[in-house]
Amino acid sequence: MTAQSANIKVLLAKLGLDGHDRGVKVIARAMRDAGMEVVYMGMRVTPDQVAQTALQEDVDVVGISILSGAHMRLMPRLTKALKDRSISEDVLLMVGGTIPEDDVEPLHAMGIQGVFPVGSFTTAMTDFIIENVSQGRSAPRV
Amino acid sequence: MVDNKEQPKSSLSGLKVKPVYTPDDLVNMDFARDLGHPGEYPFTRGPYPDMYLGRLWTRRQIAGFGTAQATNERYRFLLDHGQNGISTDFDHPTLTGYDSDHELAEGEVGRLGVAIDSVRDMDELFLDIPLDEVSVSLTINHPAIVLLSMFLSVSEKRGVDWSRLRGTVQNDSLKEFHGQKTFALGPGPSLKLTTDIVEFCTQHVPNWYTISISGYHIRESGSDAVQELAFTIAQGMAYVESALERGLPVDSFSPRLSFFFGCHNDVFEEVAKYRAARRMWARIMKDRYKASRPESMRLRFHTQTLGSTLMRQDPQNNIARGTLQALAAVLGGTQSLHVSGYDEAFDIPSEEAMRMSLATQLILSHESGVTSTVDPLAGSYFIESMTNDMEEAAWDYINRLEAMGSGQFPMKTGMLSAIDTGYIELEIARAAYEYQLRIESGEQVIVGLNQYQSESNQKLELFEFDPEEEEWQKGRLAETRGGRSAADVKSTLSSLKQAARDNKNLMPPVLEAVGALATEGEILDTMREVYGEYVDPGVF
Repeated sequence: MTAQSANIKVLLAKLGLDGHDRGVKVIARAMRDAGMEVVYMGMRVTPDQVAQTALQEDVDVVGISILSGAHMRLMPRLTKALKDRSISEDVLLMVGGTIPEDDVEPLHAMGIQGVFPVGSFTTAMTDFIIENVSQGRSAPRV
Repeated sequence: MVDNKEQPKSSLSGLKVKPVYTPDDLVNMDFARDLGHPGEYPFTRGPYPDMYLGRLWTRRQIAGFGTAQATNERYRFLLDHGQNGISTDFDHPTLTGYDSDHELAEGEVGRLGVAIDSVRDMDELFLDIPLDEVSVSLTINHPAIVLLSMFLSVSEKRGVDWSRLRGTVQNDSLKEFHGQKTFALGPGPSLKLTTDIVEFCTQHVPNWYTISISGYHIRESGSDAVQELAFTIAQGMAYVESALERGLPVDSFSPRLSFFFGCHNDVFEEVAKYRAARRMWARIMKDRYKASRPESMRLRFHTQTLGSTLMRQDPQNNIARGTLQALAAVLGGTQSLHVSGYDEAFDIPSEEAMRMSLATQLILSHESGVTSTVDPLAGSYFIESMTNDMEEAAWDYINRLEAMGSGQFPMKTGMLSAIDTGYIELEIARAAYEYQLRIESGEQVIVGLNQYQSESNQKLELFEFDPEEEEWQKGRLAETRGGRSAADVKSTLSSLKQAARDNKNLMPPVLEAVGALATEGEILDTMREVYGEYVDPGVF
């Protein structure tokens, strides 16, 4: 466990009906091994359910895995659901999966800070989180 | 840099590999007992005496996207380019038993497979394709009973007798809880539906393959080869026990069970896996389940090269990976083959990628010479040792699963229990994570990813998905709902519900409902009302 990641809480989920959950489970283990607290909602959840859980669990990071190709349809619904709850500024939003090169910039423009296509290393994601989660989160949770 | 001097070596799945093998490695082996001749018990060397000399493997590239009409065009393209079997890939809403207008279906209608809502779509999917000549594989699991009923209904309408259909329905419900994850119902009810199909087809569709017992998805979920072999054989045993419990004689249904494996990069380990699978299944069927027909004992399988081995970096390297994997499958004696498209790390394959996959198969068939003799690697000190090691390691898992069960059918109860506790899923997740760590540390070299990266940034012509097709499909669904007798739908669904409550075989009432134009989602909803909905436990 590293000092920087000790207090970081991550919410992971798969949107839609997509069943490819190998990657998200690998990432969940990697984040846990990096000392983060991981909440994995499992598959077939809706953007609203993710946003509501992010609010209730007071997470620092929301990570979404989509390998169905539906990311350009579902991610805008998630950013809206986070905005509706006024927490879009408070969470670091990441997405991974089968994401073509051409979709990376539009996803950034939607407010998704981290985009990790298949083949990305777990260390790239954990490093990204440690670098980007705001300093205010480094105090121990009570 | 990684050099080649590290010791000791092991296979991709961690089986020990010695620098040199000699006859001393096979002193305990009895060739008549452990190998036999091709086409003879224990079928280690292959299910048929002449193998590819008699008939080449079936080139069966899976396809499905968008609407039934779009996929039908792809099928005809593939048939024109050397394919001789059809394999249908359904979209996620279809795989999980939801109609195209369901909330969770948004963005996924027709996206990774073809969208099928009613028997009208199934009819369109096989337009102008002779169902009694081309063998069709329906890649569907928990809603298999619905899609198979639609297919049978279309056949009947075209005057094709059910006894002339030679296709396959995947119908492997148990693997859905740890591989593929397109479940609709819980483990118990979905196993009941699987067994309903086995029972119905044994009586009414005698040449249909009732279950394609699948290791492929387990491997794609990150398992190693030993786990793939062990869990697949264990699933097969659970299905046999479930059918025996139903009262079916073992030799009545077992000849129509087939298998489906993945193929990874470690060539000899893969060959050993296929050979071990055949020997294990033959002995299990004969010794444990007392089968007497050779057809009940001989394992036949389809292979798909693994999409998870395909890289975004230097995608044309994936053609080499696909070729190696296809070679291993052929050396292992596969009955049919799908070579994954080199562009599948980006999207579903383009037509060009599928043409290349078919060409890979044709080059193996006609240029490589590997089809000239049966089971060419038999007798290799290394291959036979690896086959023995693979079998032994797989039995460790199967024995553990059996110990989780009880009563007269311990593999059936053991598998259900191992699914409930998450044991299988966690074992696979552990293997997937360890493999990823080996890649990230550089211990496992992946060319172009963690070593030998290239500067070239070549742009591929990817599959173009038409987002309009989702709306079109929803329109067609509304049209189907508008043009049918609501009373017929209601009464057939209510009969189905009653049959489910009475624990009857659900094939007959589902056939009725399909004929009344009830949609897949409506039929599955009826079942969910009786059996409950399964929710992903989210273990990692």
